Amino acid sequence: MKKSIFEIIENRSIAKDVCLMRLTGDTSAITAPGQFVNIELEGFYLRRPISVCDWEYGVLTIIYKVVGKGTEKMSAMTAGEKLELLTGLGNGYDMTLSGERPLLVGGGAGVPPMYGLCRRLTAQGKRPTVILGFNTAADVFFAEEFKALGANVIVTTVDGGVGVKGFVTDAMKELEYSYFYSCGPEPMLKALYNASATEGQLSFEERMGCGFGACMGCTCKTKYGNKRICKDGPVLKKEEVVW
Amino acid sequence: MNTKVNLCGVELQNPVIPASGTFGFGYEFTQWYDINCLGAISVKGTTEKERFGNIQPRIAEAPSGLLNAVGLQNPGIEAVLAHELPELRKVYSQPIIANISGFSKEEYVKSCALADADENVDLIEVNISCPNVHAGGMSFGTEASSALEITKAVKAVCKKPVIIKLTPNVTDIASIAKACEDGGADGVSLINTLLAMRIDLKTKKPLLGNVTGGLSGPAVFPVAVRMVYQVYNAVKIPIIGMGGVSSAEDVIELMLAGATAVQVGAANLKDPCACRDIIANLPKAMEKYNITDLSKITGGAH
Ligand SMILES: Cc1cc2nc3c(=O)[nH]c(=O)nc-3n(C[C@H](O)[C@H](O)[C@H](O)COP(=O)(O)OP(=O)(O)OC[C@H]3O[C@@H](n4cnc5c(N)ncnc54)[C@H](O)[C@@H]3O)c2cc1C
Ligand SMILES: Cc1cc2nc3c(=O)[nH]c(=O)nc-3n(C[C@H](O)[C@H](O)[C@H](O)COP(=O)(O)O)c2cc1C
Ligand code: FES
Repeated sequence: MKKSIFEIIENRSIAKDVCLMRLTGDTSAITAPGQFVNIELEGFYLRRPISVCDWEYGVLTIIYKVVGKGTEKMSAMTAGEKLELLTGLGNGYDMTLSGERPLLVGGGAGVPPMYGLCRRLTAQGKRPTVILGFNTAADVFFAEEFKALGANVIVTTVDGGVGVKGFVTDAMKELEYSYFYSCGPEPMLKALYNASATEGQLSFEERMGCGFGACMGCTCKTKYGNKRICKDGPVLKKEEVVW
Repeated sequence: MNTKVNLCGVELQNPVIPASGTFGFGYEFTQWYDINCLGAISVKGTTEKERFGNIQPRIAEAPSGLLNAVGLQNPGIEAVLAHELPELRKVYSQPIIANISGFSKEEYVKSCALADADENVDLIEVNISCPNVHAGGMSFGTEASSALEITKAVKAVCKKPVIIKLTPNVTDIASIAKACEDGGADGVSLINTLLAMRIDLKTKKPLLGNVTGGLSGPAVFPVAVRMVYQVYNAVKIPIIGMGGVSSAEDVIELMLAGATAVQVGAANLKDPCACRDIIANLPKAMEKYNITDLSKITGGAH
């Protein structure tokens, strides 16, 4: 975990109410896809937790949905502006369990961490299938970027505007996969938990006081005891989840 | 320049103490800085038995602060003494303050006696903000009579200094503090969080799972200054001041109001290095306000 200043390189809209921000700074504390950063915003007491979409030496990419005042403020920021981040938060996905043909499922604002995970899995020679779930065609982002990584990509929209009509679970019925990784709204995670044929990992959200394990604000029950989503999560294994 | 203070007979290298509930059991903060720079640490509130705490959501934002409804999640006094404090002692050699909560007099007495007998505990802070299950759920700390009763009972089983932690959710905090002094308390600490609430406009329902929560952070700092000032007028025992402290200047202000030492809560959550930076900035702030000995400024505003 590290606290340091990042500078915005770009910040642009990529879908309805969704922005991509790239920043330069010290990314050395980020060790696994699925970890998150906690962003200090002027005028707000609490930091905003956002998943790492992707990172490399000195460059961090995040994708965020504008849902309230804090993310609205972020969306108005421009290149050259600086942000203070806590980096390297959370456990992230365990890639050693993926098998040869992992299934990656992202829903809405849960799509971003799947990208950094997918890039690393394909680099290891794995052949992931990616299901990206959205509400409408206007919400869709990053389908092409996942394809460019060489993944087999399926888009679902609730209204059928593009891709498969329905939910992510409607697209996975005929699929064969060795393991699954997921991030998205809780109803999606629960449906996936029930529909999945293999073991897997699910990333959860909770309102956070600190983001680094100090306040017990984010605790949930698991089969392996109480876990802080910010520190012992956000990624939980399917076998330990208690709904 | 002197930053040392004496808190109930225990010497602190400086008056800055992370507040209970905002610093876990301390040792995880070694990932951010060397915690041996702290005056002392008040560890997470501990009850006799393990507690999961309240349902989610437990955190809500406020202008200049936050609401929490964690609900005293802790592994229970025995686990804290057997595992958490030894873990902290491996990386930390300054004083440790055990923070004890309970829902009955018997529970307070049991936990405090265990903490008192533990070699890792230097001082005992007794949080009397919990609802009294035997008396209809009113918090022990909202009535002078029950504050007195708990203080006496705990003092009877403790050799170490006992500091009673007061809730600000009362009409006259000075009279509660006086009751604690009468009961034999070695000190009082204040303020705990202010009872508060938020409503989610999207769902039109209370935002916190527990409906209400406790407000803390810079928003409550002037309330803390006022209450420490009033309590200083009412008692002779040392006061630990807290509520919204975020800078070395805030430390000095609360000490002038009457605090011997100061706790820092919410600021640790916003910035994990907050206490380290406040301590590092103390000498500069002292110089700016012509203070050479911090231990001499307590109550200076009176
Ligand atoms: C581990 C983690 C990773 C996340 N990753 C992403 C991501 O990659 N992209 C993305 O778009 N969103 C992500 N979120 C959700 C994101 O944190 C919230 O959408 C954001 O904090 C909303 O801030 P706001 O000021 O716009 O909204 P407001 O509703 O005004 O925020 C008020 C308060 O509630 C908190 N809050 C509101 N919604 C959420 C939420 N869903 N989860 C946690 N706290 C919330 C805010 O942090 C703030 O403290 C993630 C959340 C967590 C916990
Ligand atoms: C997340 C959180 C958890 C807390 N838990 C405890 C606790 O277990 N015991 C206790 O005595 N006070 C607890 N408090 C209260 C603080 O110790 C402190 O009295 C209060 O927050 C005011 O200080 P601040 O404004 O600096 O945060 C908690 C506060 C917060 C924010
Ligand atoms: S948000 Fe503070 S412990 Fe998780």
